[in-house]
Amino acid sequence: MSFLDLKNVTKIYPNGTKAVHETSLSINEGEFMVFVGPSGCGKSTLLRMVAGLEDITEGDINLDGQLINEVDPSERDVAMVFQNYALYPHMNVYNNLAYGLKNRGIDKETIEQKVNDAAKLLQISDFLQRKPSMLSGGQRQRVAMGRAIVRNPKIFLFDEPLSNLDAKLRIQMRLEIKKLQQKVGVTSIFVTHDQVEAMTLADRLAVINDGIIEQLGTPIEIYNNPKSLFVAGFIGSPQMNFLDANLNNKTLSAENFEIKNIESDYNGEVTLGIRPEHLIETENGLINLKVELVEQLGSDNLVYGQIKNIKDFCYRSPGNQTIKKGDNLSLNIEENKYYIFDKSTGKRVN
Amino acid sequence: MKIKPLQIVAHIILIIGVLLMVLPIWISFASSTHENVSILTEGMRFTLGDQFSRNYNEVLNEKGGWSEEVTAAKMFINSFIMALGIATLKVAISAMSAYALVYYRFKLAVPIFWLIFITLLVPLEVRIFPSYKIVSDLGLTNSYTGLILPLVASATATFFFRQFYKTIPDELLESAKLDGANAWSFFIDFLVPLSKTMIAAMFIFMFVYGYSQYLWPLIMTTAEEYWTVVMGMKIIYTESYEGVALPRTAERFAYIILSMIPPVLVVVFLQKWFIKGLIQTEK
Ligand SMILES: Nc1ncnc2c1ncn2[C@@H]1O[C@H](COP(=O)(O)OP(=O)(O)O)[C@@H](O)[C@H]1O
Ligand SMILES: [Mg+2]
Repeated sequence: MSFLDLKNVTKIYPNGTKAVHETSLSINEGEFMVFVGPSGCGKSTLLRMVAGLEDITEGDINLDGQLINEVDPSERDVAMVFQNYALYPHMNVYNNLAYGLKNRGIDKETIEQKVNDAAKLLQISDFLQRKPSMLSGGQRQRVAMGRAIVRNPKIFLFDEPLSNLDAKLRIQMRLEIKKLQQKVGVTSIFVTHDQVEAMTLADRLAVINDGIIEQLGTPIEIYNNPKSLFVAGFIGSPQMNFLDANLNNKTLSAENFEIKNIESDYNGEVTLGIRPEHLIETENGLINLKVELVEQLGSDNLVYGQIKNIKDFCYRSPGNQTIKKGDNLSLNIEENKYYIFDKSTGKRVN
Repeated sequence: MKIKPLQIVAHIILIIGVLLMVLPIWISFASSTHENVSILTEGMRFTLGDQFSRNYNEVLNEKGGWSEEVTAAKMFINSFIMALGIATLKVAISAMSAYALVYYRFKLAVPIFWLIFITLLVPLEVRIFPSYKIVSDLGLTNSYTGLILPLVASATATFFFRQFYKTIPDELLESAKLDGANAWSFFIDFLVPLSKTMIAAMFIFMFVYGYSQYLWPLIMTTAEEYWTVVMGMKIIYTESYEGVALPRTAERFAYIILSMIPPVLVVVFLQKWFIKGLIQTEK
């Protein structure tokens, strides 16, 4: 059995909302797991069941070899970082960190030692006497992390802890969280709706949609090999382009081009997915793109345009190319870099 | 700095307000330093007289009542004890009942809350006979317990604490739980310090409420040693003049001024907390 084990876990709220459907998942010791999905998909609910803040309607959760379904949150030895940090407003930073230790009856000197160590690790030693209201967003974030680290829990739970920070700080804290987790090596679950955050942080990530884990794997596996239309559209930025098409006898026919010798026995209506970065400019390519908008990012350009009746088709071109509105580009898809999904079920068919 | 007309108007209104509050107290104080006769003949005074020490000495040391034993000082102490008991217990009980109503999500929490709230319609004066019967059956007449106990439940304070607790974000409780807090330590370590301001304010209101009780101590006490301030005001300081009981007005004013001291002390002592809580926006 692995470190954290969810078996057929289901959550139905008292009002009848079914937030999590029979989810099974194993997380190894020391692993950084990310739950990613759109808002309302049930990722917080899943996390809160691990923390013990929500009852488990059905199924079992095992942590470190112990069934914890009925264990009180205060006894689970898990630490959580909340979206709004939930720092204790009336206590200074030192006491915010020390509170959990005091409750465990640890003696004063040890507490001081641990708090100071954690504070040093997180570079908040200078603020120990301040109240949370006198800290900036990033500092509060650090205190919240410190409160989790100082207890040396079995598992860290993060519920969108970066979403209240501005973009620059978010990227910086993302990096720090990752480094910190690698340093202390505590098993972690991180919940986010931001796929970039998910990709960069995760050892493994679970893409959740409507209370179901759609796909589980390393970020690269999921990026390279999305198993469903939902995952394909959710992971990757800018988003994958989707075109309606027909697949018959291994031949795919889209609006104005065809791809032959497709490795699939599926016949019928499909959706073709192509990532913007998997297109290359050539002469006499498959796709003719009429450029409508160019976003210059410096390192590369995001080119948006129209293919016949399909709007907002995106192509990522190298930064040194000058492409203007009104240009006509001829594009090819990189070898085998396309994804075909059953139009009705969204399942991958190639 | 330029002073705007609006500011002048605002200040005038504030000054009028201050005068309205302060003047009666000043008149009482000024009158308490004159001779009795001069107040009876010439009315109340705005200026200080020369009888300060005589009048105040009289009030503090004179033994009054039927037994000629109860002093004003004793009555102040009685009222202080009664008010302290009422305020402390009222705050403690309503904070805890509000805690139960907000955090223990049992089904009847809302109906029970409204039931508590409805008791506002049944003040002590309305239920004074049944209350008296209970207290006398328990043998608590002429005791501090009897003075305090029937007044310690407070719907108002419960209501305010409940509204305050409802504004505390759930994450705080959840976070505390994960930090190993139990129901009791969450109350003591979180709700109490977070509601400091509220507690100070409630304590002040409830203290004044307890201090100014009249009807209940009047009915409850037959022994003079349990007399309270407001009762004393009515009972003592009359003098006989040609067979008519005349009020000793100057001493009464002195008594009034002295009787204000305990609640004022409470306010002065607690306002540090109170104002600190108002300034520090801890969120
Ligand atoms: N306390 C609750 N009572 C009823 N429904 C809830 C409750 N909390 C969340 N939900 C519902 O459960 C679903 C999943 O919510 P949540 O886990 O918070 O989503 P996420 O964190 O992925 O945005 C949503 O449809 C939400 O409306
Ligand atoms: Mg959420």
